[in-house]
Amino acid sequence: MAKLIINNLTKIYGNSPEKALEFMDKGCTNSEIRQETKQVVGVRNVSFSVKEGESFVIMGLSGSGKSTLIRCINLLIKPTRGEILIDNEDVTRISSDRLMHLRRKKMSMIFQKFALLPNRRILDNVAYGLEVQNLSRIQRYEKAREAISLVGLQEWEDAYPHNLSGGMQQRVGIARALANDPDILLMDEPFSALDPLIRQDMQDDLLALQEKLHKTIIFITHDLDEALKIGDNIALMKDGVIVQSGAPEDILLSPASDYVARFVENINWTKALTASSVMVKPRVVIYPKDGPMTALRIMEKHGISSLFVVNRSAHLLGYVTADGAYNAVENGIKQLDGIIQKDMPVSAPDTVLSDLLEVMANTKIPLAVVNEDNELKGVLVRGSVIAGLAGARREAGE
Amino acid sequence: MQVWREPEGKRVSKMNHNLFLNITSYFTDGIPRIPLGRWTDQTIEFLQANCRESTQAISDFLEIVIKGLQEGLISVPPLLAILLVALIAWKLAGRKIAIFSLLGLLFIWNIGLWDVTLQTLAMVLVAVFMCILLGVPLGILIAKNETFYRIIAPVLDFMQTLPAFVYLLPAIPFFGLGVVPAVITTLIFAMPPIIRLTYLGLIQVPEELLELGKSFGSTFFQMLLKIELPLARSTIMAGINQCIMLSLSMVVIAAMIGAKGLGGVVWTAIQTLNMGMGFEAGVAIVILAIILDRITSSLGKS
Ligand SMILES: Nc1ncnc2c1ncn2[C@@H]1O[C@H](COP(=O)(O)OP(=O)(O)OP(=O)(O)O)[C@@H](O)[C@H]1O
Ligand SMILES: [Mg+2]
Repeated sequence: MAKLIINNLTKIYGNSPEKALEFMDKGCTNSEIRQETKQVVGVRNVSFSVKEGESFVIMGLSGSGKSTLIRCINLLIKPTRGEILIDNEDVTRISSDRLMHLRRKKMSMIFQKFALLPNRRILDNVAYGLEVQNLSRIQRYEKAREAISLVGLQEWEDAYPHNLSGGMQQRVGIARALANDPDILLMDEPFSALDPLIRQDMQDDLLALQEKLHKTIIFITHDLDEALKIGDNIALMKDGVIVQSGAPEDILLSPASDYVARFVENINWTKALTASSVMVKPRVVIYPKDGPMTALRIMEKHGISSLFVVNRSAHLLGYVTADGAYNAVENGIKQLDGIIQKDMPVSAPDTVLSDLLEVMANTKIPLAVVNEDNELKGVLVRGSVIAGLAGARREAGE
Repeated sequence: MQVWREPEGKRVSKMNHNLFLNITSYFTDGIPRIPLGRWTDQTIEFLQANCRESTQAISDFLEIVIKGLQEGLISVPPLLAILLVALIAWKLAGRKIAIFSLLGLLFIWNIGLWDVTLQTLAMVLVAVFMCILLGVPLGILIAKNETFYRIIAPVLDFMQTLPAFVYLLPAIPFFGLGVVPAVITTLIFAMPPIIRLTYLGLIQVPEELLELGKSFGSTFFQMLLKIELPLARSTIMAGINQCIMLSLSMVVIAAMIGAKGLGGVVWTAIQTLNMGMGFEAGVAIVILAIILDRITSSLGKS
């Protein structure tokens, strides 16, 4: 189900936008409009939709309108024209009370420069969103502490922002956004101010959080590696327009224009990389002797929805899904045998990635990498493939 | 009859002179003098006739407050008060200032200026309190509303540069002689920095923090109380600090209209050419100023 739908959204900066709209509808370019009307086009007829639980990444060069677009969603910037539907409610037409309610309950923003209040402890920073809802001190501290533990900063509750490193400060920003338990996270270049290593950690942590929380995320970046790693879908913006959008694989494999191609140029490592070079160790597996209950518990603990089944000598036997295990438990089945599925795609260690992308796009479970003896050597999860690609590109670029 | 004849050259120069007079008088005759002074007189007369009662009420009220505070302060045993101030200074501004306060106030007590110093302090406190009460909201108003800013900014320049004597005089018909007009004129003179610095503090709040407040659904007053004012605090405190200093510098002038206090001592010293007495009172003002300055400026930092 679509959580967020944006229809023909336009934002014009300046005091007589009607004139600029007229020129825009006649097909004038942004610079023509600027010359003729002195108005600046920030976002131009943008449409897209984001599903519940999806991470939607918007990328583009500086000045392409990313910040304008994301700020239209929570109406920090009032759009000039167009619709923004959140759960089928057009937020451009709601009362200011209703807007306040949405900002408090439904969406939270995470900022590039963290935007922590320097005079407040971490705990009180995280509790800010709850405080404006007039929750009692006990209630808001309880929720804030929960959020702080999600980002692993329990020991820093009483510290002040200036005591924390940049990465930790942004964790606070994320905790503050999560404390309200919103459906939508709006992240405007959240990791751009961090140095590269910290940045990768933060990306990993965000992915891990997302696996648990399943928020709808709008994420802005001007970094392709980051976009590929985070995004379920990516939109590329230029001059206020979305020039291409789609799954990361689509954008990598078939860039729609020169602009996109320049973004992804020399990233065609899909042909050079093999499965074994980007696979990761299977984090957890299960053995046939274990029952469905155990399988379920393991999956729950690790926040995953399927498990590979191997025997004592690491031969791959199949996989079980959370649904399968759940049904088995419901029906009192104690043995795993009955629910092991064997229809999983597998890959040899030396298969090149370009041959695997399509397979991966069409399967819900990770791709198993097995050798000739059917021993499980590793798994390909989407994140690892894309991170591998991105890493290879970065090395080659130097 | 003998006719006095001027030498040729001189006559020419006189003619030129006449010509010059003619030209200037042509200009001043053509345009009537703008009667700014008379308008002022009339306005004040009008206000006096119509607002007398309300100003009288304000005056009575302020008189009670100031006199009460003065007597209250004086009724505290000096030694106890001095130790208390030193303790507060220690807590807020550190050991050095505490020692300075202790010695400075003991000195004032020693030279017999304790009571008049407290009279001055009470006036300064009331004036500053009123400055904060009026100045901070006005600062917020002009930070939030461009139109008000355009109206009030020139008024502030006016208040700060107009010589104090010019509004000292009109204050008398409204508030009589004594502490009340002194406090009112101090108010006019010392309030602008609070307004200006409140304004400055608020407009300096980083855009991203304003966005933070709005994006989490804060109301106007939540923004103000939870984000803007706390962040502007040290700037506003700097304004209050300046306000205190300016108030102190007004005490001598205010003494001219009967405000007594340290300024009164200075004034008497001037009239009797008693230089020693004037200097003692001057030093007491400086000591009071330094203590107040250090304590309030440390409030802004922490
Ligand atoms: N308040 C404003 N008034 C006028 N023009 C603006 C304003 N804010 C942004 N713009 C213009 O709108 C366009 C889009 O700006 P925006 O900040 O959305 O870009 P961006 O993609 O976020 O860039 P960056 O990567 O630098 O953050 C730019 O041309 C910018 O100059
Ligand atoms: Mg931006």
